[in-house]
Amino acid sequence: MIIRIIGDGQYHVDSALVDSLNVIDNKIVEFVQNGDEQEYQANLAALIDTIKQHGQVVDDRELIESDIIVPPADMTLNEAREVFSGTGIFEG
Amino acid sequence: MSKIIDKMEDPRETLDYSYEKQLELLQNVKRGVAEVATSKKRLQLQRAKLLQNSEKLDGQARDAIRADREDLARLALERKSAITSQITGLDQEIAGLEKEQEKLVAAEKRLSTKVEVFRTRKETIKAQYSAAEAQVRISESVSGISEEMADVGLAIERAENKTEDMKARSAALDELIEQGTLTDFTGGPDEIERELAAIGAESSIESELSRIKAEEGK
Repeated sequence: MIIRIIGDGQYHVDSALVDSLNVIDNKIVEFVQNGDEQEYQANLAALIDTIKQHGQVVDDRELIESDIIVPPADMTLNEAREVFSGTGIFEG
Repeated sequence: MSKIIDKMEDPRETLDYSYEKQLELLQNVKRGVAEVATSKKRLQLQRAKLLQNSEKLDGQARDAIRADREDLARLALERKSAITSQITGLDQEIAGLEKEQEKLVAAEKRLSTKVEVFRTRKETIKAQYSAAEAQVRISESVSGISEEMADVGLAIERAENKTEDMKARSAALDELIEQGTLTDFTGGPDEIERELAAIGAESSIESELSRIKAEEGK
């Protein structure tokens, strides 16, 4: 699966990793709903770190569309309210 | 984007049109990167001016001690203390912009490569043109590069918003530097924070005063 981190380019991520990313994503949705800024930011950073650590950078010479787009680490809680709603950015 | 493609009769025209748009956007991105670099330079210049003021005040405090005017020395050191905290604030902002600039330069490079790849692919598709096959390849290439464009465009927009804020602060700083005085115009700290900061500044002024006195043999 191809994931884009806004401002950071695209990453090839193994489908096996998606479950653990989804767990973090669901937590973020919860923290955004509760307005818990600190936990929201910590988990967004964890989500981005996990993708960067386990994913492989997509070559600059590839022109492909992403399956999922992850917001940048400095996104504020207010901006995040629109992105992290419902099931979050990962399904389920 | 696919709607535009469908409307076009010849996919080769779509490719050329899309490439022209990409070049225009790439120019915008380059301007955005330059703007962030300019903002950083401006802050660095202000930092240098503040440092100069701080050294001047230090010299004035020394002169005042030599002339047995502790009250004047204290005033100079109070001003120096305010300037020092402004310098610390600027250092953080400069570091922030530096990081932002590095990220934007990397994004611009990535985008340039992708635009170049698109250009090559466009020429290949045009050369081997066969309508149905070309449509599929065009859709893939165009949506891939559009996403990249949107991503880098957003990164530039965020950086520009941040520098707008700094520009306003920067203009205020310029004015204060010219007037030779500095007050805390950043707002924010409440009464308690201000009191605590004043106590901290006071004790650092006292220790600096004793140091200068000792050095001047007073």
